[in-house]
Amino acid sequence: MSETHDIVVVGGGNAGLCAAITAAETGARVLLLEGAPKPYRGGNSRHTRNFRCMHEGPLSVLEDSYGEDEYFNDLLKVTAGKTDENLARLVIRSSQECLRWMERQGVHFQPSLSGTLSLGRTNAFFLGGGKALVNAYYRTAQRLGVEVKYDAHVKHLALDGDQVSKLEYISGSERRQISPKAIIVAAGGFQSNFDWLVRAWGPAAENFLIRGTPYNTGVVLKDLLDQGAVPVGDPTQCHAVAIDGRAPKFDGGIVTRLDCVIYSVVVNKHAKRFYDEGEDVWPKRYAIWGRLVAAQPDQVAYSIIDARSLDLFMPSVFPPIKADTIEELAGKLNLPEQELRATIDAFNASCGSVEKFHPTELDGLTTSGLTPAKTNWARPIVTPPFYGYSLRPGVTFTYLGLKVDENAQTTTQAGLIKNLWAAGETMAGSILGQGYLAGFGMTIGTVFGRIAGREAAAYVN
Amino acid sequence: MSTDAVKEARRQVEVCNACRYCEGYCSVFPAISRQRSFSDGDVVQLANLCHNCRGCYYACQYTEPHEFAINVPKVLAEVQQASWQEHAVPQRFAGAFHRSGVAIAFAVVIGFALIFWALKALGENAGGEGFYALLSHTAMVAIFAPAFLLPLLSIGLSLRTYWRKVGGGRIQISDITAAVGSAARMKNLSGGHEEGCNFEDEDRFSNARRWRHQAVMYGFLLCFASTCSATVLHFVFHMPAPYGPLSLPKILGVPGGILLSIGTLAMAELKLRADRTLSDNRVWGGEMGFIVLLFFVSTSGLVLYLFADAGVLDVLLATHLGAVLALFLLMPYTKMAHGFYRLTALVKDAHDQRS
Repeated sequence: MSETHDIVVVGGGNAGLCAAITAAETGARVLLLEGAPKPYRGGNSRHTRNFRCMHEGPLSVLEDSYGEDEYFNDLLKVTAGKTDENLARLVIRSSQECLRWMERQGVHFQPSLSGTLSLGRTNAFFLGGGKALVNAYYRTAQRLGVEVKYDAHVKHLALDGDQVSKLEYISGSERRQISPKAIIVAAGGFQSNFDWLVRAWGPAAENFLIRGTPYNTGVVLKDLLDQGAVPVGDPTQCHAVAIDGRAPKFDGGIVTRLDCVIYSVVVNKHAKRFYDEGEDVWPKRYAIWGRLVAAQPDQVAYSIIDARSLDLFMPSVFPPIKADTIEELAGKLNLPEQELRATIDAFNASCGSVEKFHPTELDGLTTSGLTPAKTNWARPIVTPPFYGYSLRPGVTFTYLGLKVDENAQTTTQAGLIKNLWAAGETMAGSILGQGYLAGFGMTIGTVFGRIAGREAAAYVN
Repeated sequence: MSTDAVKEARRQVEVCNACRYCEGYCSVFPAISRQRSFSDGDVVQLANLCHNCRGCYYACQYTEPHEFAINVPKVLAEVQQASWQEHAVPQRFAGAFHRSGVAIAFAVVIGFALIFWALKALGENAGGEGFYALLSHTAMVAIFAPAFLLPLLSIGLSLRTYWRKVGGGRIQISDITAAVGSAARMKNLSGGHEEGCNFEDEDRFSNARRWRHQAVMYGFLLCFASTCSATVLHFVFHMPAPYGPLSLPKILGVPGGILLSIGTLAMAELKLRADRTLSDNRVWGGEMGFIVLLFFVSTSGLVLYLFADAGVLDVLLATHLGAVLALFLLMPYTKMAHGFYRLTALVKDAHDQRS
């Protein structure tokens, strides 16, 4: 069995699948080891929804154009320069041809979803979402002869000088050792490993929720870093957003996001405000709230709106807690009544005229004499019923990964590792060193998955 | 009827409304996105829009074992079924035939018996040609006109209460043409990308169900058109049956019968392969019984045409007419009802899209 495969792909999400398909197309014999059982296959890709794609003119579902420089500038804005320009531009330029390639592998696209119009020009949405994409890739991979093993946990890659000599994995109750000619690691980050998160972030991380797969435990990443693979990305950071506090510990995905913050007053468990809720339009501020909530006691916060704001944002999976008075709401949210009343009263008293309230633009409605101020959408919370949502940090991904070159090849201080490539979240820290750009993770995974598959196949053939 | 199924469906579509990844598959998801909260009527309308293509199920990241346990095709099928039974007139017959293929078979046997009895009782002095030598045209009309029109009236009454339930308003011609256009192409079984649905082989897209359904639907409509043309020939042009092979009833009816026979057989085969946990499994038997009944009606009609001279005309005629009688009478209480509800739901959807 161990002799029958040329290439082993570790991880069956978007990047691993793109690598496996690309390698199998050349005739290479590929084994894909997916850590999850079949219903949960696909890593975080199963929760994604789109692909950020450069295009010089209308392309598939994408209108108008989105050029390399505009794309790169968007990346610079979110990363504040923490990116490798060569690799980033390689991803951006390659994204254009990827879209048609994806369609040929069975991926279907759909026009921008309702409520996401701002992404219609830049991001191609998967019809059915990321799981549908993953399903299509598994079908294609299996048609090309890729052998897929689910529930297969890779424990160790033995790095022997400048190459990996052995790979150990557990499948069911069996521990297996194989020596493929080439290995591609596409096993994501470590965000589902709470011990590691706590070491990186501190004890507060215990209260974080993980938005995606519970299978990204970083075992292979740690194994390789321990053996001298060169890391990339800030080892202490993760991308976290504020999500519904009632979300499951893992795998809550898209439906747990809450877009109500900008129309609300956000308080901590002591019913005190701690940040300007109206700083900017939500997509731009979305990402900072994970951190803000993480810094509050018990890593929890509460977003409170009144009846007038209920229909201004996308619905989320759980109905809000509803009450006819602020005091009753405080009781239901387990907040101190007097303090919440005082906070809301102080906020209401600091609001001016609401005539120019505009839910989708920075309307300049600001509080006066309040600390911290709310600088837009400052409208009193006065119309019952009142609604409250609890907020917790929801971790999307971690930044620490393996450093790769433009061929997706990994490296030690001594030089390139001859037969080890990396793709996807495992190496994305090279390009996305900070922040987040919608649909860019899938682009990195697709481009580098294909590169890794191509290079590994060239090596073994 | 805020039943458990409706409540569960509401819970699920609220999850869908927070996700929206499936918007491109069919009409159900855009209809969800248009609303923020869902009344019982809204849920029933969504259920009747659902064609059970299952694209959303395989795309869903929240299906079991995930704790959100989303299974939209199943829960909407259950609500849809409950809505047909709730709106059926009279209520007495509502459940049995939907659930049970055996009940349908029993009704067919009664149909045979009635026709045999009619042949015996009324056939003596029939005096016509062909079939009419066995059972006069007048007798046939006396049996089949009410057997057709009364169930149609029942369905009309059901649709009226359905329309009220789902909050349907004033419609335009364009709503009807949009609905008919959608049904004519089975647009909601296209998967949004014309590669079809996920019915018989997990997440593989295929147009098998779409084409087979089309064969059944157009086969049935051709047969129905054949009957109508014969009625017109008889009453308007005073041209009674039997009709020659190049007459309108035959030109419509023979290909229609063949399409319907092949289509129903193919549908039954597909249904055997499909995953039953993604539909309302309680009515599997009734649905299968209905497909078999349609197959029997069309095939017995063809046999009657081909072997009319074989000396067993009375048996063949009684068998065919008995099955047709059962099909007509059970129209409001079997899967046959879905066509009427579906078209109504599509009209409502076109209306909602416009407003």
